[in-house]
This record gives sequence, C-alpha cells and structure tokens, in this order.
Amino acid sequence: MELSEVLNIALMQGFAGLSLFAVLLLMGLGLAIIFGQMGVINMAHGEFMAIGAYTVYLGSTLTEKYAPGFMPAYFPFAIVAAFIFAFIGGWIAEWALIRHLYKRPLDTLLATWGLSLGLQQVFRTFISPKEVSPTLPDWLMGSWAPQEGLDIPINGMFVMVLTLLVTAGVMLALYKSRWGLRVRATVSNRPMANATGINTKKTDQLTFAIGCGIAGIAGAAFTTIGSTGPTSGSLYIVDAFLVVTFGGAASLLGTAFSAFLIAQTQSISEFFMTGSMAKVFTLSIIVIVLMMRPQGLFASKIRR
Amino acid sequence: MKKPEFEFEPSADRRQVLQGIVGMALAAATMRAGAQKLPTAQVNTTKLAVTDTEVTVGQLHSATGTMAISETGSIQAEQLAIDQINAMGGVLGRQIKVIKEDGASDWPTFAEKAKKLLVNDHVATVFGCWTSASRKAVLPIFEKENGMLYYPTFYEGLEQSKNVIYTGQEATQQILWGLDWAAKEKGTKSYFLVGSDYIWPRTSMKIARKHIEGVLKQKVVGEEYYPLGNTNFNSLINKIKAAKPDLIYAAVVGGSNVAFYKQLKAAGITAAKQKLLTISVTEDELLGIGGENTAGFYSCMKYFQSLDNENNKKFVAAFKEKYGPASVIGDVTQAGYLGPWLWKFTVEKAGSFDVDKIAAASTGIEFKGAPEGYVKIDENHHLWSKARIGEMLADGQFKVVAESPELIKPDPFPKGYQ
Repeated sequence: MELSEVLNIALMQGFAGLSLFAVLLLMGLGLAIIFGQMGVINMAHGEFMAIGAYTVYLGSTLTEKYAPGFMPAYFPFAIVAAFIFAFIGGWIAEWALIRHLYKRPLDTLLATWGLSLGLQQVFRTFISPKEVSPTLPDWLMGSWAPQEGLDIPINGMFVMVLTLLVTAGVMLALYKSRWGLRVRATVSNRPMANATGINTKKTDQLTFAIGCGIAGIAGAAFTTIGSTGPTSGSLYIVDAFLVVTFGGAASLLGTAFSAFLIAQTQSISEFFMTGSMAKVFTLSIIVIVLMMRPQGLFASKIRR
Repeated sequence: MKKPEFEFEPSADRRQVLQGIVGMALAAATMRAGAQKLPTAQVNTTKLAVTDTEVTVGQLHSATGTMAISETGSIQAEQLAIDQINAMGGVLGRQIKVIKEDGASDWPTFAEKAKKLLVNDHVATVFGCWTSASRKAVLPIFEKENGMLYYPTFYEGLEQSKNVIYTGQEATQQILWGLDWAAKEKGTKSYFLVGSDYIWPRTSMKIARKHIEGVLKQKVVGEEYYPLGNTNFNSLINKIKAAKPDLIYAAVVGGSNVAFYKQLKAAGITAAKQKLLTISVTEDELLGIGGENTAGFYSCMKYFQSLDNENNKKFVAAFKEKYGPASVIGDVTQAGYLGPWLWKFTVEKAGSFDVDKIAAASTGIEFKGAPEGYVKIDENHHLWSKARIGEMLADGQFKVVAESPELIKPDPFPKGYQ
C-alpha cells in the first residue's frame, strides 16, 4: 500500500472516531440533563429518540406526498418538529408519571422502563412493526471527496455540526439562562431553592421535557445513519447510560469527555480487532475505570 | 400494521384465479372427489383435531416483539395459502381451521406455545418459527410430542428432523452457486466477508470461506462480525477500503443492515466502484434500507418478487389484493406460502393426517405451482430449489440477473464444509 493511501485511511478512521464521538454525545446529552441533573433514571430515553426519528419519517412521507419540491429543505424543519414532539411527550410523561416519584429515584427506573415498553408497543401497533427509514434529501447523502481515495461521509459531518450546536445550546442554557440557574439551584438544594421562591415543580417539568426534546433531536439525527424500528430505542439506551455514567453523572463536561474517550477507544480498537472483540475491549476498560472511580471521571462537587 | 383478516369469500372468477395459481385445478378436483370419501377414523388414528368437516392446524410466529418485523410476512403468506386451499375445498375434504399463537420473539414462549398447540389443541401440523433460535427451542417438543413443523426461513443447515419440513434454503444452496456466479460472471478474485455475530452468519461465512479457498482457489482478504444491532460501521468500512476486495460478501441482519448500507454509501462505496453480494437482503429489508442506498448491489436468494412466471404473477396479485398494494414479498414470505400447500399435497398422497405417515410420504412431494417455480421435497426434508441473483434497484425491487440452471439438491450436512 502506498503512503498516500495509508494517510487517507488514517484520516478517514480519525473522522470515524470523531463521528462516533458526536453520535455518543448527542445520545448522552438529553440523558445527562435528566439523569445527571434530576437523578431520574429515564429508561424511556431511547423511545423519546425513536419519537424524534419517527417524526422525521413522518415529515419525509408527508413532504414526498404533498410537496415534493420541498424535499431538499424539509430536514431541518423535521428536526425542530422532532424536538417539539419529544418535548411534549416528555412534558406529559413528567406530569403523569415522574413527578410522583422524585422521592423514590430507584422506582423511576421501573416506571420509565414500563413507559418504554408501552411506547414500543405503540410504535409497533400504530406505525409499523417493520423498520422504516425516511427518504433523505440528496445533499445529505454520499460523501465529500476532496481527493482521490479520501471520502468523508456527509451525514457524519452533519451529525457533528448538529451535536456541536446542541451541546453549545445546552451549555449556554444551563450556565447562562434563568432556567439553568433554577435547575442548578434545585439540583443542589431543593428545599432551599423552594424557599427562595423557585417553583421547583415547574423547573423539574421543564427540565425533563427539555431532556426528552434533546433526545428527540438525537433520534432525528440518527435517521441519517441507521433505521428506525419500534425497538431501536433499546439499542441506544445502553450506550447513552454508559456515556453518562462513565463521565460522572452530574457533569456535562464529563459527559462530553467520556463520549470522546469511549468513541476513540472503540473506533481505534475496531480497526485493529474484530468488531465484537473491540466492543468487549471497550466495555472492559469502562468497567475497570468505574471500579476504580465509581463516581465517574468527573465527580460532581455538589453537597449531598 | 393491521392483523391479517381471517374471512375470505372468493367470488366465482376469483376462485378460478386461485385454482389457476396452483395450475392443478383438475388434479386437485379429482383427488378431492376420491379423498372426500375417506372417513375420519381412517385418516386420523392418532387423535388429532380432525373432524368430518374440519382440520385444525397451528401457526406459531412472533406477532409482537423484535422479530415481528420479519415474521409478519410469513404469517400473511401462510394465511393466504390456507385461504386458497379452503376455497378449493380444503384438505381431504376438510376445511382448515387455524389456531394462531404468538411466540412474542421470545424463545421459551415459542416452546411453551408449541407444547400448547401439540398437547392441548392436537393440531395436525404447525406452520411457524423464523429464527434458528426459535426453531431450536421448539424442535425437542415437536420430536417428543411427534408434531409436524413447516419452517420457512433460509438457515445455516446442520439439522434434519423427521418432524420438520424446511421450506427455505439451507446454507449451501444459497451460498455455493452464488459465489461461483460472482467468480465466473463478475471475475471476482478476492473477498471480504462481513456478518452479524451469531450462528447463521458465522456458519454461512465458514462455508463461504471453505468454498472460496478450497474450490475456487481464491483469496479471503477479511472476515468480520459485528454484534446484532450494531449501527456504527465506519471502522469496518475503512478496513474494507484498506483490503480492497473484489467482492464484499455480506450477511448483516436486522436493523444493522440499514446502518451498514447507508454508511457504505456515505463513505463513497457504491455499485459503480465496488461489487457486493449479500445473502441477507430481501424485498422486506430493502423497504427499510431504501433502494437508493443499495442500487446495483446483488443479493442471492431463491425467490424475488419480480420473478417473471405465471405462478408468481398470480401469487403476487393475490397477495397484494389481500394485504394492500404497498406490501412487498421477500424470500421467506414466499417460502412460508409453500408450507400449507406442501402439507396439503403430502396429506393427500398419504391419505392420512397422521404425522408418521406424513413424515414418510413427504419425500418426493412436488409443487409445480410454487411462485418460485417447481420445487420438491428431498428425503432429508429440505427442498430442491434454484438459487437466483437479484440486482437491487432504486425502487426497492430486484432485477433477476442470473439463475442456477438446475434445481440445487439440499445438503444440510455438507461434507468438507464443516
């Protein structure tokens, strides 16, 4: 093999790692808010992602039917719609289910798991038991080939840019907005936050819904990479929890850092081992690190 | 998706069409005339659920759970065949009544329901199972309770039972001729094997590797397996680019399939630059993948919806009439359709519903009206069938570009390939 080819493959492999990083981070972000900030173990996180993905599918089907000329432009709107639908879903779930369980965080696991099974059956019954995949606009498909033998996937770049935007948005909201202030106050000391006049119930509801909305965005973005079926959500949930737990539950920076580490380990080991073995290797490293640092890479400095 | 409906009222000319489907209206009619005289005590000596007017059969698939995606087509096709047989007068003059059980994509549930069908309901036969795991779960029960199972999926082979008729292809039927075709017609010399990580792809790739290295005397430049449900194939794609195979030989299944082909396309690997042959993509999968991502790649199956013959045209028309014009028919769906017909012919040949007699009479049973074309049951209870290569089209259908000249003998225990 020539040097230029080795270089090309190294570049593409580097991009593969970065693109996996973006995927993992996007998956983990919504969960980091819900699990990290609120302590709710949201097992239905994957299903909220599926809601987002199905929204894109709906968008693509409707556009194809009623406004074929609009096809190249529908995708960004579908992402916004995915956020809105998942947000509404999260809002309702919080109101009906989660708010009764804040004092029993472990029970949220059972309740949201039930919710996830219920949602899966809803997808199966009312949408389709088969996997669906929306028709993507042409500009999202294919690769960007700056030189012979070097192909950078466009959908990978798209997911990366989207992840960057969403992460920046969440960081800004959490650390610069009134909502973020309220969330952080509620997280660190609920009774005290209440006493200073913060409506913690409302904060909780909004936080949960925003977390779900971000899951919706993630799901929408992943339609460019894979397919959507009733049980797609359960594929994502393990990785999402892995990223959040490994990073240290309450720290957004930790989530980002752990997504990066897991993605690079996975991607590099995949190149030198078989796919299944790479997974074993990555998971073993995570287990070992968590044994030594049960609180995750970035421990929270919140007084409990 | 709506559950298939059970009622079926054929109009006069539709009944004609249905009879034409098997192209044997006359033969069936004479058989029936003779058969109807057989009293129940004679055709049923083992206390099966057979009366003077009715015979009860079981259907055991996953209508819920992960596998519902794939099994729905088989459920529909089997029901269609049963409806058509009933419209023609049933089996030995008895109408077929179906008891549907849901295996729920859970293997112990399959075993439990199989037991229920055989022990409580005394069904004459069962059409069902899809994954190898579910078949392995019910096999001991069928053997112990002496039941009959018609199994529709192409699978890894290495199995043979008196109590099972395998209506899909076993691994060698699907693999060997397809590889020969690629080497001969497409001039491929090096191969990269990719599969999901479980028994079917692993066994299939083992056979493929032996054939490539031992018979074709060519090179395997890579062999990779990814966990079921894996959605990130970028590293694999880079490895493929580094290895530069003439042919990617793929057995990636389920949701991973979609991710695999979308990412191949995103990495610039398209049919224009790279040949790819798969043994795991049917019309059902293409629906999810999107034909625009795979156009020009090849798939090796025994059946494609676009097969150009009279039997198939009638089958496709009947299927679409019952389940809607948007429905697609994949390889396994068609194999599911064969089950009830093969059982009917066997019962009529044996003159009995008794499982032992059916198992013995199965060898040599022919079905000239099969949508895939003539098939017959071998003494090892698998089907003789042709292998075909379909080129994937952007509209989610296949163009059949090659077909094995002869029926391929099933060989579930291939010598030299284990």
